[in-house]
Amino acid sequence: MTTAQGPLFSVKGLTKNFGGIRAVDSFSFDVGEGSITGIIGPNGAGKTTVFNLVTGIYRPTAGTMLFRGEEIGGNRPDSIVRKGIARTFQNIRLFNRRSCLENVLTPLLQREKCSFIGAMLGTPGARRIEKELYGKALDLLSDLGLGKYASYQANTLPYGLQRKLEIARALATDPTLLLLDEPAAGMNPEETRSLANMIAEVRKKFHVTILLIEHHMDLVMNICSPIVVMNFGTLLAKGTPDEVRENPEVVAAYLGKGKRDNERAAG
Amino acid sequence: MDYILSIVVLACINMIAVLGLSIFTGFTGLFSFGHAAFVAVGAYTSAILTYYYSVSFPIALIAGAAAAGLVSLVIGIPTLRAKLRSDYFAIAILGFGEALRVLLENFEITNGARGLPGIDSFTTLPIVLVCLAGGVLIARNFLRSRWGAACIAIREDPIAAEMAGVRLFQTRLLSLVVSAVYCGLSGGLLAHFLSFIQPVMFTLLQSTQLLAAVIAGGMGSISGPLIASFVFIALPEALRVAQMWRLVAYGLLLVLIMVYRPQGLMGYSELSSLFRKKTGEQGGQQR
Ligand SMILES: Nc1ncnc2c1ncn2[C@@H]1O[C@H](COP(=O)(O)OP(=O)(O)O)[C@@H](O)[C@H]1O
Ligand SMILES: [Mg+2]
Repeated sequence: MTTAQGPLFSVKGLTKNFGGIRAVDSFSFDVGEGSITGIIGPNGAGKTTVFNLVTGIYRPTAGTMLFRGEEIGGNRPDSIVRKGIARTFQNIRLFNRRSCLENVLTPLLQREKCSFIGAMLGTPGARRIEKELYGKALDLLSDLGLGKYASYQANTLPYGLQRKLEIARALATDPTLLLLDEPAAGMNPEETRSLANMIAEVRKKFHVTILLIEHHMDLVMNICSPIVVMNFGTLLAKGTPDEVRENPEVVAAYLGKGKRDNERAAG
Repeated sequence: MDYILSIVVLACINMIAVLGLSIFTGFTGLFSFGHAAFVAVGAYTSAILTYYYSVSFPIALIAGAAAAGLVSLVIGIPTLRAKLRSDYFAIAILGFGEALRVLLENFEITNGARGLPGIDSFTTLPIVLVCLAGGVLIARNFLRSRWGAACIAIREDPIAAEMAGVRLFQTRLLSLVVSAVYCGLSGGLLAHFLSFIQPVMFTLLQSTQLLAAVIAGGMGSISGPLIASFVFIALPEALRVAQMWRLVAYGLLLVLIMVYRPQGLMGYSELSSLFRKKTGEQGGQQR
C-alpha cells in the first residue's frame, strides 16, 4: 500500500532526550521517493541520532515517522528492516570475522523462508537455496566492485572498501529506503568522487531512495537534492544545494564554522 | 583395553555437550556457567524413563534431549529478552544450575543425593560415535543455515545483526535450545554408560569445564573445542597414575593455551581450513 501522493518517508516533530540533553528536538523532514536527500550539520547536531530513531535502535521521546504511510515508531530494528529501510553506520559495523561474502549472505539468508529440519539435515532443497543465495551475494559484491574480495575477512579490507561492503550488506536486505551515515568518512577526494558515482548508480540499479548524512560538502552538493540542515537537534534549513549554500544561517552555523576550523587546522 | 575404551566413550560423550555449548558460546557469543544443568536434565529424564518405565533407549535419549531443550526455554525466555545485556543470562543460569541440583537432591524419583544406581548400560562406543558424527554434521548444517548465520552475526555485532534482519531474541533463544538439546543428549548417553548418576556430577565445576573446552578450543570453531574436550577428558585420565598432579596438569594446560593462543587452539577456524590455507587461499570460504 504505497501512497501514490505524499512522500515515501515523513518525519514529524521527532524528539529524543538523553537524560538532560535533547539530541533531537521537534525535527521534521520528508524524503521523496527516488530522491537522494542529504542531511548536513555540525558534529553533534543529532544526525546519527535521527538514523538511530528511524531504524528503531532508539525509541523516540516524541514524534511520528511515517514510512509509506505507515507509522514505524516503536518498531524493532529487524521489523523496520523488513519493511524496507536499511542503513550503514558512521562507525563501520561489519561482521568482522566473517568473509565479505558471508556479510552479504547473512541478510539474504534472513529473507529466505526455508524449513528448519530441512536445513539441519542438509536436504537437496536446502542446498539449492544456499547455492542460489551464494550466487546472489557474489553478484551484489561484484556490483559494488568487491567481487574479488569475496573470500577476504571483512576487517582485513581498507576502510573505503569496508564502507562499500556495508552498503552491499544493506542492499542485501532489499530496501526501499537506504540510509547512509557519512559514507565518505576517511576517504580522500578521489575516493569520495568515485563513491558519489557509485551512490548514484546504486540508486538507479536498485531503485532505492537514499537519505545520506555527510560531512564532505562537495559530495552532498553534487549528488543530494534536497538538502536538510540540522543544528542543535533542530531543522535549520532545507532546500536545493544552491539555496542551502546561500542561506546565511547555514553559512553561520555550519559552513562558516567549518571554514574557521579549516583555517585553524591549516594555520 | 576396557579402560581405554571407557575413556574414549566418556570423551566422546563430553564432546557432544561441548559441541552444543560451542554453538551457544563460540558462535552466538553468549556465555554460560550452567550448561551442566542441561546435561543433568537429559541424564535424569532418560534414566528415569528406562529405569522406571522401561522405555526403549533411543526414545529415552530423544526424550532426554527434548526435555533439556524445554527446560532451557524456561531459563532463556525471561533472561535473553534484555536487548544488549547478555550477562543477565550468564548470571541467571548460574543460579539455575545450582537450584536444579538442589531439586534433584530432594526429589523421590531421582533418589535424592544418593543418586540413581542400576541404570541399564545401553551406551556403547558405536552408538556414541554415531551420535557424535550426527551431532557434528547437524551443527555444521545449522551454522550454514539462516539461523546459524544469524547467531554468528549476533556474536559479531548485535546491532548490525538486527539491521541485517536478524531477530535478536528468537535467535539467541534458538541457539540456547539447540545447545541444550546437545547437552541433554550427552547426559542421556552418560547416564546409560556409567549406570549411575548423582546430582553432584552436574555442578558448576562441570559447567566450567565445558566452557573451558570451548574457550581453550577456540571461539567460532567446531573442531577446536572438540579437540580440547577430548584432551581435557583423556589427559587427566591418562595421568591418573599421578593422582595429585592431574588437576595441576589440567590447569597448566589451560594457562598455556591462553598465554600462547589467546584465541584458543582453533579460534575462528577449523582443522579443514588449515590444509586449505597452505595452498595460499585467502580466508576459509570457498566458492
Ligand atoms: N546514546 C546516547 N546517549 C547519550 N547521548 C547521546 C547518545 N547518542 C548521541 N548522544 C548525544 O546526542 C547528540 C547528537 O549526537 P549525534 O546524533 O551522534 O550527532 P551527529 O551525528 O550529528 O554528529 C550529541 O550531543 C551526543 O553526545
Ligand atoms: Mg554522526
